[in-house]
Amino acid sequence: MATLELRGIRKSFGAVQVLHGIDLQVAEGEFIVIVGASGCGKSTLLRIVAGLETATEGSVLIGGADVTRLEPKDRDIAMVFQNYALYPHMSVFDNMAYGLRIRGLPRAEIEGRVRRTAEMLGLGDLLRRKPRELSGGQRQRVAMGRAIVREPKLFLFDEPLSNLDAKLRVQMRAEIKRLQRRLGVTSLYVTHDQVEAMTLGDRLVVMNEGRAEQVATPMEVWREPANTYVAGFIGAPAMNFLHGRLCEEGHAVDLRAGPAIALAAPPASATEAEVTVGIRPEHVRVVGNGAAGAIPLKVDLVEPLGAESLIHGILPSGEGLTVRASDCSPLAGTTLPIVLPAEHLHLFGGDGRRLRLAHARGAAAPVRVGA
Amino acid sequence: MMHGPVSTTAAEAIARAEAAATRADASRRRADWLTHAILILGVALFALPIWIVLMGSTHDVATISRGEVPLLPGPYAVENYTAAWAEGSARTTRVPVSAMMLNSFVMAMLIAVGKIAISILSAYAVVFFSFPGRMLAFWAIFITLMLPVEVRIFPTFKVVSDLGMINTYTGLIVPLIASATATLLFRQFFLTIPDELVEAAKIDGAGPMRFFKDVVVPLSTTNMAALFVILFVYGWNQYLWPLLITTTGDVETIVIGIVRMIGSEADTDWHLVMATTVLALLPPVAIVILMQRWFVKGLVETEK
Repeated sequence: MATLELRGIRKSFGAVQVLHGIDLQVAEGEFIVIVGASGCGKSTLLRIVAGLETATEGSVLIGGADVTRLEPKDRDIAMVFQNYALYPHMSVFDNMAYGLRIRGLPRAEIEGRVRRTAEMLGLGDLLRRKPRELSGGQRQRVAMGRAIVREPKLFLFDEPLSNLDAKLRVQMRAEIKRLQRRLGVTSLYVTHDQVEAMTLGDRLVVMNEGRAEQVATPMEVWREPANTYVAGFIGAPAMNFLHGRLCEEGHAVDLRAGPAIALAAPPASATEAEVTVGIRPEHVRVVGNGAAGAIPLKVDLVEPLGAESLIHGILPSGEGLTVRASDCSPLAGTTLPIVLPAEHLHLFGGDGRRLRLAHARGAAAPVRVGA
Repeated sequence: MMHGPVSTTAAEAIARAEAAATRADASRRRADWLTHAILILGVALFALPIWIVLMGSTHDVATISRGEVPLLPGPYAVENYTAAWAEGSARTTRVPVSAMMLNSFVMAMLIAVGKIAISILSAYAVVFFSFPGRMLAFWAIFITLMLPVEVRIFPTFKVVSDLGMINTYTGLIVPLIASATATLLFRQFFLTIPDELVEAAKIDGAGPMRFFKDVVVPLSTTNMAALFVILFVYGWNQYLWPLLITTTGDVETIVIGIVRMIGSEADTDWHLVMATTVLALLPPVAIVILMQRWFVKGLVETEK
């Protein structure tokens, strides 16, 4: 168990810079999930922490000690790989014991540690088997066991659930969470799956093109995304973005698609009138015909999900909008009156950054202003 | 009755289909027969010479010298084989076949083991380490593939003879050990070992030699077995190099021995030549049969 600190990590492969200065402080026992689209540099960052890749600049501190120049084996870490990377010719027992043997632990202690870990993971009966005789989930568990048995300061997970089928993934996700709680080992977990990120992490690092766009708890990231990238990346289906223009000295936002909507307070830091208005599909309200301030949405496609439906439509401004509604499944081609509640609007400036409201409190009902 | 497809009755259609099926059956049977005939001919082409040698080795010298080609076993099997094994051919070299077999066996074994040892290490270096001149080293190995032993045989002979290694095992074996083919095969296999496995070993704390011993070698066993079979047979069948490098009976190999036994047409102990040939066939065949399981596995399977 230890803290982890990254200071200004940069990495270039030749002329291509893939990490542009990442800073991160991880508390003891914290579960950090690094999430981002493929190619955002998240795996490179993890490999730099592991020591499999050297940072071009910056330093890595584990438990306060600078390990930037140390070999992976001297960093006291354990890593779980996406394809498990089990030694195919070794039994489950040997796979788990290999690192301990190299470390020169006494035979009895190795035996004890491996057995205890195997019991904990439900692998007790499989210790004699070879990896090829195991199912995907069992292999995954052995890979976890190999990491746990080492009792490292830091767990590193590189998309460990990507090779499992959907059902097993959900099951293993919960198991990883439970294990990490129980062992209390500081963990860094890389994934491209936002559901995994939201459910597992104490805090998320949302990465985009080699930058950490936001570092915050899952709910904070969801509720107050720092910019349009984070807003669009976290949440499924993705947040809708509409063109808007601040009016009435910032007390309302005039949508290109329809009426102006009064805001609870003007944005604190708006420098220009043009803004991007974001709203999550589940926050769009379907209203009755002729309701005040309703915007007609021309329904294009309806995807029923069972309890809910996803309604894809087109606003009068030509912008697309997705609605997630629970008791409404209109026919394609019809028009659906909708309302965008002011308390659920996210405003982003021209540079994509979130505009915080000066005194965001209370919810203002959508009011027709002017027009 | 009207003609044309419209008037075709169901019965007629069935009859036609049946006729077509019969015809198809017949042609399939004819094809089967042809296939078998070709296969049998092929087997005969391969097996007949071996059969003749095998039968010839059981007759006395007079029968073969008369120009007969015996296709049935004769009564002299035991005598011929004991003579060949223990005494060799009286009129030629007088080296017993057992001694030549031992020489051949030692040579083939050391060539196979040596080639595997050298090439697995060089492939390991080329695949898993980055060092200056790595690709140069690889291409240098690769290019030697284009130079068969025969091309470089005189310079090699000069070197070996200057080092005083004529008529020694060292001189016989060492020049044949460096192998581009085996290095390439191991390289291709090593490239299929996932990077994550290397990284997992690094995190587990295994250094390069440990990784080689604990992971690379165990994973390569089937490949090594397959190569061993190929290289053993290659070593056993070496002709030109042993011919140059051995001038006395001490290190003479069986292949050279057979050639020396065949003197002039008149005074060749054909019955002994035949027996020796059969004996010379046995070790490679034994190796292939014994290692067949791993051999096939190594060629077919990629275990991961």
